[in-house]
Amino acid sequence: MKKSKADPKGVLTGSHFMDGDYALAEGALAAGCRFFGGYPITPSTETAERFSSRIPMVGGVFIQMEDELGSIASLIGASWGGLKAMTVTSGPGFSLMQENIGLACMMETPLVIANVQRGGPSTGLPTLTGQQDMMQARWGSHGDYEIIALSPDSPQECFDLTIKAFNLSELYRVPVFVMTDECVGHMHEKVVIPPAEEIEVVERKWYEGPKDKYLPYKCDSDGIPFMVKTGDGYRFHTTGLTHDERGYPIINAECQKVNVQHLIDKIKNNADRIIETEEEQIDGAEVVVLSYGITSRVAVKAVQQARKEGIKTGTLRLLTVWPFPEKRIEEMAKKVKAIIVPEINAGQVFLEVDRCSRNKCKVVSVPHLGGWVHNPDDILKAIKEAVK
Amino acid sequence: MNKKQPLKNPVEKILRMDRIPHIWCPGCGIGTVVTSFAEALRKEEANLDNIVIVSGIGCTGRVAGYIKLDSFHTTHGRAVPFATGLKLANPETKVVVFSGDGDIAGIGGNHLIHAARRNMDMVVICVNNFNYAMTGGQVAATTPLDANASTAPFGNFEYPFNLPYLVEAAGGTYVARWTALHLRRVTKSIQEALNRRGFSFIEVITPCVTLYARRNRLGDGLNLLKYYYDKSEIKHNADTKDLTISYQGELIVGKFVDKEKPTFLDAMNQHLSKKLGDKFQPYGEEK
Repeated sequence: MKKSKADPKGVLTGSHFMDGDYALAEGALAAGCRFFGGYPITPSTETAERFSSRIPMVGGVFIQMEDELGSIASLIGASWGGLKAMTVTSGPGFSLMQENIGLACMMETPLVIANVQRGGPSTGLPTLTGQQDMMQARWGSHGDYEIIALSPDSPQECFDLTIKAFNLSELYRVPVFVMTDECVGHMHEKVVIPPAEEIEVVERKWYEGPKDKYLPYKCDSDGIPFMVKTGDGYRFHTTGLTHDERGYPIINAECQKVNVQHLIDKIKNNADRIIETEEEQIDGAEVVVLSYGITSRVAVKAVQQARKEGIKTGTLRLLTVWPFPEKRIEEMAKKVKAIIVPEINAGQVFLEVDRCSRNKCKVVSVPHLGGWVHNPDDILKAIKEAVK
Repeated sequence: MNKKQPLKNPVEKILRMDRIPHIWCPGCGIGTVVTSFAEALRKEEANLDNIVIVSGIGCTGRVAGYIKLDSFHTTHGRAVPFATGLKLANPETKVVVFSGDGDIAGIGGNHLIHAARRNMDMVVICVNNFNYAMTGGQVAATTPLDANASTAPFGNFEYPFNLPYLVEAAGGTYVARWTALHLRRVTKSIQEALNRRGFSFIEVITPCVTLYARRNRLGDGLNLLKYYYDKSEIKHNADTKDLTISYQGELIVGKFVDKEKPTFLDAMNQHLSKKLGDKFQPYGEEK
């Protein structure tokens, strides 16, 4: 992995009062993103607006595409053209992007998509919050593949995790999603942007060998192939079809097995390196509240009250939602009575927690169907009932 | 015995010979358009490292896989926006979209008109065989009225697109149409398009022998070329609104539009330089 310091041109060093949507754009610019292709959709538009006003000053290009199908396609193209690329969207736009997310996975293209989630399905609640695209992020495109999804709980984390998203996407050559939501997207808070020399940026894994020996999908010792960009004389081919190391289509079960297994393994085998969680008071806890994004901030109040009432309550916050911290959940489930999973959907990540707990503890879903955050009392009630 | 080395086809160096034979049917016109393209590159002595091919899905979508340039075989309908990103990220490259009528004008129609509207600097070669051939000859947005297709078994009653008219109306700055019979003209149009900047659209009518011709009892490739020969008329600068193709009817071909207008990046750089002055960092250099 080749790391460097952020290009100071894109880094707006200082303390700012800004919303999560703006912070997504600032994180991307700090990470070296110089291409934005997007389509307006509430509640994510402020990110696109921020890009459109900032990117001309840092030597990048902004284009408002004709739809989300075009946005994501332009990103894959831009990435192969040599730029770090990002788009931002919300539920309906995320649905439209799914086919080409599969293409990005298949072509092993680094790019970042932020989803400022709103209530669904369909047009749902354009201006109100939701966390209902978590499973779509994991499984939304057809076929088997792995992606990475992060979940910030504040504007500061929108900045920090967008940089991380770019770094992971370059490292593993995979689309990375920043799964935020309307609340965090529109929440104004202090965002501290450090000096450029304090921001670590992962560089693309550029191929440097002889031109005629380049194979676009031949894995290096770390399991990730080297990349080149257009115009450099490699005259390479890539396709969304099942392909071999040359990037040539091979339509049979044997090649499919190698190709698809590689897409899965490069993330699965590195899950421990990718996954980031934040844990508090889990040792000795009777019950753990597991949450992510805006819901973890609401859960704090319930957890504080439970502790006041003498219930030993721990918390686990997922900063990385996909890949999922399976081992950690299994280990934790052996030691606690219950894991409570509040989330603004009908119980999506709950299913994963329930699966990983292997019946070693109770797993309780505290669903909210969107439009608002939980009432902390609902989470508190679930905690109390779990330890009864 | 003195064995003679077989002569090499001059276009070989532009093809991925390790992928030949190709998948196209005998009598299909796609290969002839590929030959015209390769010939255009050869005549232009183009820097092959600098030209990028993007295809979508379908029979013509397979072109990217056979041409030995930086080449992308993308998703159905999205070759044009993919090419848009490629071009904007790397303005020094010349980006060519090579795909079929279903891909470019059917599922990808929205991207086609918007790329034309922006005068995005790219060449779009649209091979029009009047039907969805890869999937078995279904009716398309370009199928002439009354022509038979596998999903129009009683003949087509939907009005087809007149592609040159559509692209000109949307803002394309170079628009030409030829048939697979007009190989030298196709080559010349591709050469012209490669040498200019802006959105260039070249429609090439080609025979689909296996599906379109068979369903319509039009004979083989030769019969279709005969039809092109009998019914095509070169009318440069013809009014594009008069170019609708009727079933086995007249085929007006030629170069209809060739005008200058700032490309997307030119317009962006000029406009933002004017508005932002020194704060603006002009982006990229197009060739």
